[in-house]
Amino acid sequence: MEQEIVIKVKDPQGNLHTLDCPVDMGLSLKDICKAYELPMEAVCGGMCMCATCHCYLLSHTEALNEKSSEEKALLSELFNAKANSRLACQVPLTAELNGLCIEIVPD
Amino acid sequence: MIETDILIIGAGPTGLFTVFEAGLLRMRCHIIDALPQIGGQLSELYPKKPIFDIPGFPSIQAAELIENLYEQIRQFQPGFTLNEQAVELNKLEENLFEVITDKGTVHRAKAVVIAGGLGSFEPKKPPLENIAAYEDKGVNYFVKRPEDYRGKRVVIAGGGDSALDWTIHLAEIASSLTLIHRRSEFRGALDSVEKVTALKHEGKINLVTPAEVIGLQGNDEGYLTALTITKEEVAEILETDYFIPLFGLVPKLGAIANWGLEIEKNAIRVNNASDYSTNIPGIYAVGDINTYPYKMKLILCGFHETSIVCQSIYQRLNPNRKFILKYTTVSGVDGFDGSRKEAEKQVVASIE
Repeated sequence: MEQEIVIKVKDPQGNLHTLDCPVDMGLSLKDICKAYELPMEAVCGGMCMCATCHCYLLSHTEALNEKSSEEKALLSELFNAKANSRLACQVPLTAELNGLCIEIVPD
Repeated sequence: MIETDILIIGAGPTGLFTVFEAGLLRMRCHIIDALPQIGGQLSELYPKKPIFDIPGFPSIQAAELIENLYEQIRQFQPGFTLNEQAVELNKLEENLFEVITDKGTVHRAKAVVIAGGLGSFEPKKPPLENIAAYEDKGVNYFVKRPEDYRGKRVVIAGGGDSALDWTIHLAEIASSLTLIHRRSEFRGALDSVEKVTALKHEGKINLVTPAEVIGLQGNDEGYLTALTITKEEVAEILETDYFIPLFGLVPKLGAIANWGLEIEKNAIRVNNASDYSTNIPGIYAVGDINTYPYKMKLILCGFHETSIVCQSIYQRLNPNRKFILKYTTVSGVDGFDGSRKEAEKQVVASIE
């Protein structure tokens, strides 16, 4: 299986970034966005506590892992959450996500 | 006016440990923090979570690390200005700085160490059209003095830890307390969820879920008098004295960005080849708030950085003295409070 996938990320200014992501390092979607220094706060560092890594999925909505009850609860407290909202820290990067497109949601 | 040797902005782990390193070099410290308690993110965001990468601690709870750090620095009698945000920083002379908070408290020090983490935490505000007009006139985003709510009607909105914790606390004080949340599930410590459930069953609070506040009304003096809430698409008016929305906090670099410091990627650029100084001599930045090549936002890196900063400040303030390195095991630790910690002395004795 491929050890690297490509994902596309739209930042709040509308710029599109293409990210090469290793899938054998146990990284989350939040980790790779931070590694590319994209404008994602992720204040709590990935503990599913702050909801500052909020993003909208623009593809692959079916291929992703299920939301935990903590993630659902946090999303429910946001004022701009939609059906395709996820917290990037709760999405592990896997080979199935090759070609994933997301949009970072500003606060 | 508060005067000290080193003024520290930020009471997180790096800011706290700065007091220790400065104390070993006989420099006194004062710490300013926007939050009402010490510990920064560790106390505010994840007090009950374990940390696994503090050298020498296979696992330590965040709150316990803060308690330990406080115990470690207590001897050096640090001063604190809590619940106030540093908004202005002026260099008055080569070794004299002035920092003023949002409440107008003036501090003067010979050097400044910015250990501000991600900046100051600001509340997430619900998107209600006229909410800004009622801020401090019935709408509060923090509970600063619980006594202010004695005998008053209070509405709390939110579904996380702070909404639960303040519901429990204020239920005893307020004349009536309503907790509103968009879902019927709450997210928090098991103990808090159980306590709120009990309060509901005892009829001590009014729990309204799934519901949302959609409007605010006030009187002629501009004070809040009622909220419009919707529950299952039915709108109703709820009279109240206070509305406390608790939807979490987001960090903002805030005033720090206006102090003439070199900012890069929402952080303060420092010289990691020498002493973590900023572009303004006498002002340093340590921990999560600084940046340099290969920066890692780890607590252990902040500890390292600030030990070097204290040495640099010592050299600045005492240019004719030699570099001093103390091993606490050898020299012991002498507090400003007169206490002394030291290794047990060896004995030289014959064994017969």
